[in-house]
Amino acid sequence: MAVEKTVTITDPTGVHARPATVLVNKAGSFASEVNVEYNGKKVNLKSIMGVMSLGIPKDSEITISAEGSDEQEALDAIVDAIKQEGLGE
Amino acid sequence: MSNLRGIAASSGIAIAKVYKLAVPDLTIEQKTVENPEVEINRLSQALEVSKQELEIIKENAKKSLGDEHAEIFSAHLLVLSDPEMIHPIHDKIKSEKVNAEAALEETANMFINMFKAMDNEYMRERAADIQDVTKRVMAHLLNVTFPNPALIDEEVVIVAEDLTPSDTAQLNKQFVKGFTTNIGGRTSHSAIMARSLEIPAVVGTKTIMSDAKENDLIIVDGIDGDVILNPTEEQITSYKQKHAEFEKQKEIWAQLKDEPTISSDNHHVELVANIGTPEDVTGVVNNGGEGVGLYRTEFLYMGKSKLPTEEEQYEAYKSVLEQMGDKPVVVRTLDIGGDKELSYLKLPEEMNPFLGFRAIRLCLERDDIFRTQLRALLRASVYGNLKIMFPMIATLDEFRQAKALLLEEKDNLKSEGTVVSDDIEIGIMVEIPSTAVIARQFAKEVDFFSIGTNDLIQYTMAADRMNERVSYLYQPYHPAILNLVNNVIEAAHAEGKWAGMCGEMAGDSIAIPILLGLGLDEFSMSATSILPARTQIRGLSKQELASYKEQLLSMSTADEVEAFIREKTNQ
Repeated sequence: MAVEKTVTITDPTGVHARPATVLVNKAGSFASEVNVEYNGKKVNLKSIMGVMSLGIPKDSEITISAEGSDEQEALDAIVDAIKQEGLGE
Repeated sequence: MSNLRGIAASSGIAIAKVYKLAVPDLTIEQKTVENPEVEINRLSQALEVSKQELEIIKENAKKSLGDEHAEIFSAHLLVLSDPEMIHPIHDKIKSEKVNAEAALEETANMFINMFKAMDNEYMRERAADIQDVTKRVMAHLLNVTFPNPALIDEEVVIVAEDLTPSDTAQLNKQFVKGFTTNIGGRTSHSAIMARSLEIPAVVGTKTIMSDAKENDLIIVDGIDGDVILNPTEEQITSYKQKHAEFEKQKEIWAQLKDEPTISSDNHHVELVANIGTPEDVTGVVNNGGEGVGLYRTEFLYMGKSKLPTEEEQYEAYKSVLEQMGDKPVVVRTLDIGGDKELSYLKLPEEMNPFLGFRAIRLCLERDDIFRTQLRALLRASVYGNLKIMFPMIATLDEFRQAKALLLEEKDNLKSEGTVVSDDIEIGIMVEIPSTAVIARQFAKEVDFFSIGTNDLIQYTMAADRMNERVSYLYQPYHPAILNLVNNVIEAAHAEGKWAGMCGEMAGDSIAIPILLGLGLDEFSMSATSILPARTQIRGLSKQELASYKEQLLSMSTADEVEAFIREKTNQ
């Protein structure tokens, strides 16, 4: 059973390289499959190119989903990182 | 053996092997392969070596440029282990039976084109990042070196087309004995950095990149501007001799480190330094600087993804002020825009960046950026002897507006309960001819002038200082420049204010006697020029030089001025 959560991006530059790096590193530390969906397009959150290719701007809603043995942990950690980075809420 | 002449940008002699800082030829050939596993292994190895190198570059960048700048390399590292990047390359190798080079190029190009097509400028710029990383991997597949200053671990002389700010920031003085470039002049970024790092350098050789081969022995003579490739035994011996003499000369200069700068007839002037970062203060102190005459604050804003915070700036200003103690520190507020671009400000491209939306023009419109800097400066003011200077002032109105904002922020801070110094002098940089011409009117309102000759000369002579074809017009001794400089000094003195100079001219051995005679109060230059300048001034008579004033100001050409000064000062 997959878990997911939707957050709003508040950083004026959107999801730029530095926070994307943090999120990808974070996702990579879990066994679960982690995806991010924006504007109807879903990509692997363990892929920096995938995340960057979404070109997520300020004020957009993105949905993080995780599926696997540590899915809840992964989802919580990533949503937490988004807040800590000042990227969104 | 071959000799080249360039512009002596930073004094000293370097003798070492050539290290070329250039992207190697990465042209590839698409080949059909028998065994895809071999290609996948080659790719893995190239990725592994590239990752190791990027780790070193990242660590080095962290130390020399700060955490934020190093972050970009974390992103680069992630690209190298990105499943969405690696799997398509593997698939291509297996299904199309092509070599790793071809598969890498095709996949990378797909991503690069995708980013280039995005409608967000920031994302479009990321295409360059992917290109950068791919090049490093490709170089390893092709068995050629992809150089980076951080990867140097033996004594070398760097040879390059030009050096970027991030290149120079990463130079390790322990291994980099000197450098030489094809392009640039005394005032180009690389030249200024070479002097601040105290590394011998010759710039603007035009052809060194094509003449020098990796590992050739090279001599860089930053005193006379000579570069010698594959020198003879005799040349090596004679340059070792010259190096030893230069070191001895430096020791003699060093004896004047704690002495005041006085002319032979007992007239005192201040010799201060130009700096770019708090780290540069060590050089100022070691070279006997009597203060900081120009703190360029741009470096706080460059090589980042967003504006520096008030706190970040406050820490930097505080550090410089504390290190300098009670000695004066003149901080120039943000001089950015035009050629010195900040990608995150998204400024439109201009036809004439040097005449465009930059420095105080930008700060008055974007007062949010300006106020942050002013607040940081005001808060730091209690830690030393701060003077604030506004760049690119063309009208009195601009100065009044800038000053009003400064006073407003001062009031704000005080009402918040923050202590702010009440003895901050507020001055302007004189680099626009209109301001130099009516300096008398400005002198009633400003506390000081600092003449920025690099720009004043290019604006007065209408000659782009980056354009080598018109570089002959960059004439510091031109009588027009001398008349403007004199006008500014006289205007300051008439109102009991002081006049300084923070362009390259202030440290020039021909200009120093002229400026001393005109009555300049403060000379701001590269830290390494201070002791030679102090030595020179101690041998000059201010009174005698002042007696030549009218004669110099009425001369017709720069050559005439130079010949006259050379004769009078035995140079």
